[in-house]
Amino acid sequence: MSRRTRRWSEAMLTVSGPLVLLATWEWLSRTARIDPTFWPPPSSLWETFVSLIREGGLLGDVRVTLVRILGGFLLGAVPGVALGLAMGLFWPVRVLLMPIATAVYAVPKIAILPLVVIVFGLGESSKLAIVAISIFFLVVLNTMAGVQAIDPSYRDVARNLGANPLELFLTVALPGSLPAIFTGLRLALGFTLIVIVGTEFITPGDGVGSLIWESWQRLAIKPMFIGLVVTGLLGWLLTVLLDVVERWALPWQARE
Amino acid sequence: MPSGPKEVGSVSQAGILTRSTTIESPILRPTRNGRLQQEISGARIRVAGLGRRFETAHGYLDAIRGVDLAVEPGEFCVIVGPSGCGKTTLLRILAGLDRQTSGSLDLSSPGSEPPTNAMVFQGRSVFPWLTVRQNVAYGLKLRGVGRRERGAAADSLLDTVGLSRFARAYPHQLSEGMRQRVAIARALAVDPDLLLMDEPFGSLDEQTRFLLQEELLRIWEQTGKTVVFITHSIDEAIVLADQIVVMSAQPGTPKVTLTVPFPRPRSLTEVRGNPAFAPLFNQIWELLRDEVHVARRFEGAKR
Repeated sequence: MSRRTRRWSEAMLTVSGPLVLLATWEWLSRTARIDPTFWPPPSSLWETFVSLIREGGLLGDVRVTLVRILGGFLLGAVPGVALGLAMGLFWPVRVLLMPIATAVYAVPKIAILPLVVIVFGLGESSKLAIVAISIFFLVVLNTMAGVQAIDPSYRDVARNLGANPLELFLTVALPGSLPAIFTGLRLALGFTLIVIVGTEFITPGDGVGSLIWESWQRLAIKPMFIGLVVTGLLGWLLTVLLDVVERWALPWQARE
Repeated sequence: MPSGPKEVGSVSQAGILTRSTTIESPILRPTRNGRLQQEISGARIRVAGLGRRFETAHGYLDAIRGVDLAVEPGEFCVIVGPSGCGKTTLLRILAGLDRQTSGSLDLSSPGSEPPTNAMVFQGRSVFPWLTVRQNVAYGLKLRGVGRRERGAAADSLLDTVGLSRFARAYPHQLSEGMRQRVAIARALAVDPDLLLMDEPFGSLDEQTRFLLQEELLRIWEQTGKTVVFITHSIDEAIVLADQIVVMSAQPGTPKVTLTVPFPRPRSLTEVRGNPAFAPLFNQIWELLRDEVHVARRFEGAKR
């Protein structure tokens, strides 16, 4: 099989999976083999989608959720990387903070939402905070592991050629741990979506999570589905975005 | 040290290797003695009673003990010994990456400056996050050499080791042998007085190793650096060295120091074809055999 044929086949197969699924759903729903009240045919959702954009403030919900995700992500990831580097580089920091990090890491993050609300109130800041907190330790632990996994011979090379501690950090520890940092960020991005939708379920108001939950409570099934689809698209878009950043930051990694 | 135009002439006769980089006009190359008169840049090593003791869970461990070593400027010294005889520890102390716990180390160079060194490490050492050119220029960057200047220096060294085409490649795109050449070029880039090499060709296949040995000899003959080179391979030691130090096992101590009589510049085929090669090989193996047994018993005891 030539490279081009292979690529073409890959593209076709990628698209055909979801298409077959949607077509089956459409057919089952139209022929009432599944209850159209709860499983409306996908084609009928388009109208709902358009009206939600025009009158339902869908774009506003998307923007609000996106801001919470990105804001919370940055607020959690940046200090997370910094602390993770410190824990990886300096053993006293590591020994001091490791019990806390592993303990908190194990707690399902949505469970601490009440505490977050006590501290940050019901407004926007508590939503940013819950996202930031829920990914913070994940990023910390991955970054730390990345620093520790760097082959010690790289450090020896740098020292042998006269690197001072700052240069060691900038030319060895930081680039060497970047792959692990990105692994952490990738996992964290998935978490942000889970946590923000869950939070918007519990604290109704705006956002895509609220759209899903409130629609469900009114048994407005079609808007609920739109909320689900939009959530999925957001997740996909953010992953692609992170991929682009990673490719830019790590041109040296072996890829397929 | 015997050397002269007579032997130089025979090198080209023996040049069965077809790589252009390895057989370029050896006749025009200055002889070793001639070069030493021109530029004296190599470091002089005096080591006396050197020891390094490590603390382990089971008490003390002397990696090396009572090491005496004398290497003259521009000399190629090869250390052979069984696994775990402290060869790497000795090299790390020479490199300033570790400190002895006893004895003295004196590095000097014929110029007044304290000598500089660069080490070529065993196994993975080329930074995967830098391009080939950036790797070679790394030491110069740390020394504050300007971007353009260090780029030019790196390019010229890449030319020397035959990797010009891969200047912009990342290490994962290269073979192991090519990466090892990058490591050597990176060490040479800082123009050290002392080149320390810790089994640099250990992980390579035999043919690649032969090519790199020839390249290393050629580069060394042009630059006049002092080299301390560690290897497991008796064959490699004879081919490269002026002086071979045979180490004993646990704790590592120089057992015997041998002078290799073959003329410079050398070709691998010529050295291996020399009638004196086999007796020398056997002599070193006889010295090493007992030590390998000792080393193996030690490893068994540790488990």
